[in-house]
Amino acid sequence: MPTVHLPAALSGHAAGQRRVEVTGATVGKVLAALGQAHPGVGQRVLDDRGVLRRHVNVFVNGESIRYLHGAETPVGDADEVWILPAVSGGG
Amino acid sequence: MSEHLDVRSGDVLVTVGTMKGAFLFAGDPGRGTWRSSGPHFPGEQVYAIRFDGRGGRRRLLAGTEHGHWGAVVRCSDDLGRSWSEPAEGNLRFPEGTDAALARVWQLQPAGEDRPDTVWAGVEPAALFRSDDGGDSFDLVEGLWDHPHRPRWEPGGGGLCLHTVLPDPADPDRMWIAISTGGVYRTEDGGRSWQARNDGIRAVFLPDRHPEFGQCVHKVAPAGGRPDRLYLQNHWGLYRSDDGGDHWQDMANGVPSDFGFPMVAHPSDPDTAWIVPLDSDQFRCTPDGQARVYRTRDAGDTWAPLTEGLPERDAWLTVLRDGFASDGLEPAGLYFGTRTGQLFASSDEGEHWRPLAEWLPPVVCVKAAVVP
Repeated sequence: MPTVHLPAALSGHAAGQRRVEVTGATVGKVLAALGQAHPGVGQRVLDDRGVLRRHVNVFVNGESIRYLHGAETPVGDADEVWILPAVSGGG
Repeated sequence: MSEHLDVRSGDVLVTVGTMKGAFLFAGDPGRGTWRSSGPHFPGEQVYAIRFDGRGGRRRLLAGTEHGHWGAVVRCSDDLGRSWSEPAEGNLRFPEGTDAALARVWQLQPAGEDRPDTVWAGVEPAALFRSDDGGDSFDLVEGLWDHPHRPRWEPGGGGLCLHTVLPDPADPDRMWIAISTGGVYRTEDGGRSWQARNDGIRAVFLPDRHPEFGQCVHKVAPAGGRPDRLYLQNHWGLYRSDDGGDHWQDMANGVPSDFGFPMVAHPSDPDTAWIVPLDSDQFRCTPDGQARVYRTRDAGDTWAPLTEGLPERDAWLTVLRDGFASDGLEPAGLYFGTRTGQLFASSDEGEHWRPLAEWLPPVVCVKAAVVP
């Protein structure tokens, strides 16, 4: 299963874990499965429609999915998915 | 400021939301001495925060918006010492709406007869209802399904439902206001809604008097006269004496009829306050003078209130929810600015003084007496 790295701010919604493993063949499916397993994380990463929030970035093996295929970016069992808050979202 | 505020029964609690957190100010019953706490939710935008003292509770309700992780409604039953942090969203658009919560603009407790009901006005424009005191909310589908909704357009602040006014005399009757959409009224508890904008101009549309689509900035119910409403429009000051069926212009003797907030006196139906701004192109106090205007005759005349407010080089902006009354006699008034000042008056606007001068940009102010 792909590994998803969580930012510290979200680990409290995943029983303190910074890394979790969830199933999914695409980024969209991985994030949906992540939300199923850890609803508090899903709520903060995806909006009510299940769309990635505007100021949250997702990387697969170091590359932003914005430059890959977005939610349709394929993810393999050995891949590393990173969720990071964007610099643009600070208050 | 401290993290916690010691609040006693009879104190006035002023809740202030800013673009970088919330602040609480507690005044003694005479409103001469003030204490404060904050920031609560540092870094988060707080467009709605208020006290709810119905049904024996002492609850703070806050709509908080984290720049990364989204918006949620949080509650505190210990006056800000601790806040709920719903793991899952407690105000979400249901599947099938293809909408996502952007911001909570208004949290409005229902009447005393429904002490567990809280209304929430949000962006994109929709009304939500809680029947558990604000812990969780459900979409009011009667408004969401309104045939006008696809033609509501966002104003500068987004497509927001920013005003919710339950009728204290009739639990099934309520007004809401949307920018831009206008005023709507229900008389069946939210199942059906009728546009109530007759007489209100829309200067940005070819038809200046459409059925709906007006950019209403704020509506305030007159104290002591249930069918009277005051309204600050995007250009225009209006009064209705028939529950919104008809509106008449009352921009008499004001430097500008552009502005955002509207505050009505808690018991005198002829008294209301506004903060005129220069124009929609220059949303600052005219001539660099911070002036609140008050009517004592239901809008026939307006007079400036200046004592204690900066009279020179004061280019202030007060937003739609940045001005409030505490409901006492004489009415205490409080307004916050986008430049971080919080001003207070304990004598209906005759004299003002700053409670804070260096807050983040203030977006909402409410005041209540703690039971």
